[in-house]
Amino acid sequence: MTAYLIKRLLALIPVLFGVSLIVFLMMALIPGDPASAILGAYATPENVARLNRELGLDRSLPEQYLVWLGNLLEGDLGRSYSLNRPVLAEVGERFSATLVLAGSALLLCSLLGLLAGLVSAVRQYGWADRVITLLVLVGISTPSFWLGLLLILLFAVKLPLFPASGMYAIYGGGDLWDLLHHLFLPALTLSLVAAGVIARLTRTAMLEVLRQDFIRTARAKGLSERRVVYRHAFRAALVSVIPVIGIQAGFVLGGAVYIETVFQWPGIGSMLVQAIASRDLLLVQGGVLLVTVSYVLFNLLADLLQSLIDPRLR
Amino acid sequence: MRKLLPILLVTLLLPAIVFARTPPDVLVVGQIAEPKSLDPHAVTALNDFRILVNLYDGLVRYREGTLEIAPALAERWEISPDGTRYRFFLRQGVRFHDGTPLNAVAVKFNFERMLDEAHPYHDTGPFPLAFFFSAVEEVRVIDPLTVEFQLEQPYAPFLSNLAYPTGLMVSPAAVRKHGKAYGRHPAGTGAFRFAEWQANAKVVLLRNPDYWDGAPPLEAVIFRPVSDPNTRMAELLSGGIDLMLEVPPDSLQPLREDSAYRVHEQAGPHLWYLILNTREGPFSDSRVRQAANYAINKRGLVENILQGSAEVAAGPIAPAFAWAHNPEVTPYPYDPEQARALLREAGYDGSPVTLYVTEGGSGMLDPVIMGTAIQADLQAVGMPVKIETYEWNTYLGRVNPGLAGKADMAEMAWMTNDPDTLPFLTLHSQALPSEGGFNSGYYSNPQLDALLDRARRSTDSGERAELYHQVQALVHQEAPWVFVAHWKQNAVTAARVQGFRLQPSFFLMLQRVSKP
Repeated sequence: MTAYLIKRLLALIPVLFGVSLIVFLMMALIPGDPASAILGAYATPENVARLNRELGLDRSLPEQYLVWLGNLLEGDLGRSYSLNRPVLAEVGERFSATLVLAGSALLLCSLLGLLAGLVSAVRQYGWADRVITLLVLVGISTPSFWLGLLLILLFAVKLPLFPASGMYAIYGGGDLWDLLHHLFLPALTLSLVAAGVIARLTRTAMLEVLRQDFIRTARAKGLSERRVVYRHAFRAALVSVIPVIGIQAGFVLGGAVYIETVFQWPGIGSMLVQAIASRDLLLVQGGVLLVTVSYVLFNLLADLLQSLIDPRLR
Repeated sequence: MRKLLPILLVTLLLPAIVFARTPPDVLVVGQIAEPKSLDPHAVTALNDFRILVNLYDGLVRYREGTLEIAPALAERWEISPDGTRYRFFLRQGVRFHDGTPLNAVAVKFNFERMLDEAHPYHDTGPFPLAFFFSAVEEVRVIDPLTVEFQLEQPYAPFLSNLAYPTGLMVSPAAVRKHGKAYGRHPAGTGAFRFAEWQANAKVVLLRNPDYWDGAPPLEAVIFRPVSDPNTRMAELLSGGIDLMLEVPPDSLQPLREDSAYRVHEQAGPHLWYLILNTREGPFSDSRVRQAANYAINKRGLVENILQGSAEVAAGPIAPAFAWAHNPEVTPYPYDPEQARALLREAGYDGSPVTLYVTEGGSGMLDPVIMGTAIQADLQAVGMPVKIETYEWNTYLGRVNPGLAGKADMAEMAWMTNDPDTLPFLTLHSQALPSEGGFNSGYYSNPQLDALLDRARRSTDSGERAELYHQVQALVHQEAPWVFVAHWKQNAVTAARVQGFRLQPSFFLMLQRVSKP
């Protein structure tokens, strides 16, 4: 087990190296440079050259990459030129906010998705199944940023139950309740699409398992239907659903880019949008690396969970 | 789960019941983005300026409601007859928020930090707009309250540049203490002092009771970044902010009719125009250029596409520069008949022209729709237009080196702080792209060059005003551009916010605002 873990973690290194190289090349390929973005209308060649020199961007591309890599090995992600602060401080703060949002969205979508899938499989073709299938279809097809705006309009403006944006109240607040209060709408929005996907898969997996021989055996043994469904069938279906939840983690992190912008959630998604717009290479690098690491870790976690539930995989 | 759900809902809703509106004497401002830094010399964005002008003062400032220069930290000043020496007499007893005195040594420190690469604190930059003061040769301390600037050559926009946020005065002691992190620990002399910056959530300023110009009525101002305009609107409607900036034009009308809000609008020193390629193609003939000005329905653009968020422009100098603006020059009327007549007279053969359009960019308003409406107007008078669209950074990369061989027209917008800036950088024959300037349409007119040079050297604002009147009339007549619109900035305040007005500088002055 430990050897497996170490192997998986070591595999991260080439992935990160490749990702950082791709990000670097892409940022070099897209038109525009940070100096022009900062100077705006005043970007004369002279001013751009002067600012590039002060920002250390007058060096060749391979040189810039090597300098960045060298600093990275010393644990220094550099200094963001658009925010004038160390990348590590910004990325760390932003990432913890995203983790709170994405983590609770992932939890919420797993709960909602599994529950909905389970009910609709057990009551196949019943009215509950039909309603859930319809809701799932709507959930999957609704653009999440639009849904977010709709929820803000309903539950922050028309019915002032929740704050429209932000992570904590502007004055007072700052405690756990305040956080949950601000978290509810964005986490719900972010979880709905993924919940739909999970619900569909859970339903299919459950239906397949329920037709298998060991379920018939369990029923023949005289076990209660409740026990058959929850202890035997659900557990078996979970094995094929959990890796999908791991993959959904990636979608949830990606979706956070929109949702964080709509709800002004101070996370890494909205940070990346700003960083790309201001051509802040170091900030983009730092953010993307962290997202990559967390995506890989989420999947690793899903694999571990899967092997915990299914002894055959151990 | 069935039992848990109601409990969960109740606990989530409970805080909602005590969810308070913004308290009295605290103004919450909905900004369009997180500030980059609170070091006025290190930033370039209007979004940051809106905070800075409340934290800091400059030697001079814009007089309330105008773009005229008025005393601030300097009580008065003297300009040498040759226009190269500016001597400022500082106000007595002014202190920075950290308790250190504002004096001539502090002023010298501020400019040398920006301009002198060998200065020990130059590495707290970069200072992208330091070139505003590139004419400064030396800053001399005459006595503790007198400071003198020696310029390399006469440069009349110097005072306007001092009134710009790049001329705000920071505390040298605070820069020494915090070094590169100064931008997050600012200390100025302004009406509000810095209290807290919670990254991506809020910047809090508190009243400065010792403010030299009288303590402000507000106890605190909180700037919140809310980058999505729809979310910003939702925050205004749900009472999460008291003042919203940059309201989408679509949302303005319902707010105008709602007595719970007040809508503020103010045209500023901005110009949206089309650069015409005067070197080659049909627009090398001034009659064809005038025809384009007659053919395009600017009022239609401003009212229908920009939904009233701009005013029709007449020339290169915006009316916001009231002191320098020539009221006798009026916009080209929409007159397709006149346009056709001029095109016939010039012998235009109906060959197609190329219009560069950008997808969006600083101050560009609604460039794609504007471009297609302009295309339709020109086509209606017999000028076929081919549009080429580019992303903003690519766009600048194509337009700034000059339009020759590529295009006949290009959309452009500028926001400036002195009537000198735009024509000098974009119409002077020394500003051709080959000289590193922005004259992408290659307009060249010795008469205009002479007027601009004289205005730049003049130290008498009456004489400067007269020269800019002539610039406006000449450029209007010669039409090196199609003059389209001056953008109006807007803001909406909750009805209980009092004493607020937008400034033509677009700076957000909150010194006199109250909120009982």
